[in-house]
Amino acid sequence: MPIVANASRFSKFGRPTLAWIVGILFFFPIFWMVLTSFKTDADAVKPEHLIFFKPTFDNYLNMTENYDYWRFAKNSVITAVMATVFTLVVGIPCAYAMAFNPSRATKDVLMWMLSTKMLPAAAVLYPMTFITKTAGLFDTHFLIILVLSLINMPIVIWMLFTYFKEIPKDIIEAGQMDGANTWGEITEILVPLAWGGIASTALLCFIFCWNEAYWTVRLTTTDAATLSKLIEGNRAPEGLFFGRLSAVSAAAVGPIVVLGWFCQKQLVQGLTFGAVK
Amino acid sequence: MGRIVLNNVTKSFGDVEVIPPLDLTIEDGEFTVFVGPSGCGKSTLLRMIAGLEDLTSGSIEIDGAVATNVPPAQRGLAMVFQSYALYPHMSVRKNIGFPLRMAKMGQAEIKQRVEIAAKSLNLMDYLDRKPADLSGGQRQRVAIGRAIVREPAAFLFDEPLSNLDAALRVGMRLEIGELHERLKTTMIYVTHDQVEAMTMANKIVVLRAGVIEQVGSPLELYHKPQNVFVAGFIGSPKMNIFSGSEAAKLGASTVGIRPEHLDVSMSGGRWKGRVGVAEHLGSDTFIHVSDTSLADTVTVRITGDIAVKHGDTIYLIPQSDQLHKFDPQGMRVAQ
Repeated sequence: MPIVANASRFSKFGRPTLAWIVGILFFFPIFWMVLTSFKTDADAVKPEHLIFFKPTFDNYLNMTENYDYWRFAKNSVITAVMATVFTLVVGIPCAYAMAFNPSRATKDVLMWMLSTKMLPAAAVLYPMTFITKTAGLFDTHFLIILVLSLINMPIVIWMLFTYFKEIPKDIIEAGQMDGANTWGEITEILVPLAWGGIASTALLCFIFCWNEAYWTVRLTTTDAATLSKLIEGNRAPEGLFFGRLSAVSAAAVGPIVVLGWFCQKQLVQGLTFGAVK
Repeated sequence: MGRIVLNNVTKSFGDVEVIPPLDLTIEDGEFTVFVGPSGCGKSTLLRMIAGLEDLTSGSIEIDGAVATNVPPAQRGLAMVFQSYALYPHMSVRKNIGFPLRMAKMGQAEIKQRVEIAAKSLNLMDYLDRKPADLSGGQRQRVAIGRAIVREPAAFLFDEPLSNLDAALRVGMRLEIGELHERLKTTMIYVTHDQVEAMTMANKIVVLRAGVIEQVGSPLELYHKPQNVFVAGFIGSPKMNIFSGSEAAKLGASTVGIRPEHLDVSMSGGRWKGRVGVAEHLGSDTFIHVSDTSLADTVTVRITGDIAVKHGDTIYLIPQSDQLHKFDPQGMRVAQ
């Protein structure tokens, strides 16, 4: 008798149910935030207005009028875009070298890069603040771009390295034989071939930069302050301004949620490190 | 012009020496084949000439100029890879034109040269296709096209036919042979297939464990193998090699005789044996004879057809001028 895989009841009903539960669990805070952003600060804390309330746009109108939302948004765009570009410009040649001309130290270097992500950010808070203030870089775009780049560099190089590893070495060597110099190999062969992987990496890097809060909050005041700082600024210990806070948060995560929605495929590919083809 | 000289080159990977000191000269215009069993260092040697592997010591000259530390892009050599290594994101036209574009040649001239190459390789109808839409043979031709457009000092082929099926391989073998006749450019060709080596080469370099066992023309290797290894490696079916008392009777430590140099008789002859398997190919018959005093199995090649079957008693008669004799070290004994 042939052996046929028997689809268990779990995989038929249990798995989709579980997926829905997890999905709702993740989505709920966003839903709640958006809902609350249309409530007045007073309604936001009243249990009787949990679901049914009179929607208001005041929180959003207030935000653009009183808090200069667009300035923060502009800073977020500038720093996230520039940091992503810079990270790729440095990361691509770096990953290329490690993928195609590895030395005995390559594995150790990769591990060392990853290990920097294990360091708690708070551990370097004091030296970072001290150095940036002394160097006169505090609250500048340059600093935020640099910090965001350095934070994301290890993960970007790891991802690119994994993608580049999938390109047959023969093709790169054919490029060398055909007279391409290193620049030619990267721009004519490597980048076009790894384009999907580079795009997913860039997208993920951009999202990480956009969402970064620890350093952007602590190393800026006004000039280079990003949307993270705007949210932080609207946090009140008394918890009286939930409506306002929710609107600011929704406006801060909105662009990235929309971007993520349109780029789902690349993101999944990026997050699985090219394991899924 | 492409005269290539290897002086005392060696290659080690870590502590493992894959190429002990080796000297070799490849004359301009020669079709040289590196042949040997897998792992003998033939591909490594080719990649060292290409510049894709560094030398551990020694030097390489191309056209009289020392090229040891010249990067592959500047050696003026073209290479055809076993995997074809086409650029999957480029059309056939772009693939073939790539080396010219890297050499900063003008658009019009690139177009013209690509088309001349494509025409000579029957690729005109496929110029706008991507490599993924081509058959194995067409991909191989694109790889060759990419190599010929730039008029290199020498072509390097790294087992270019091993991914093709048998029929296509014979066709491509002829095409590469014709290409060499037409271009008269130096070609270095790596293969583990001694038939390819015999049919294409002007000069065969037989390698084993990074050491050159013999260099010579195909027929020199066939008629005068310098040692037992070359004797067994060159020729198909393999030479029958035996030692012991029967070899001693012929005055050598080891004796070899090719299957085609054995005659058979059903009534009497020098060596008696029993027919194991007889392969009837029509033009030839290969008889595998067992229970002889020579070796476990002796292969005989008879031109035409012969009526023998499993279990028949058969006598083998060597053509005495075709015996290859070797001393205890396995080296050829002059006759």
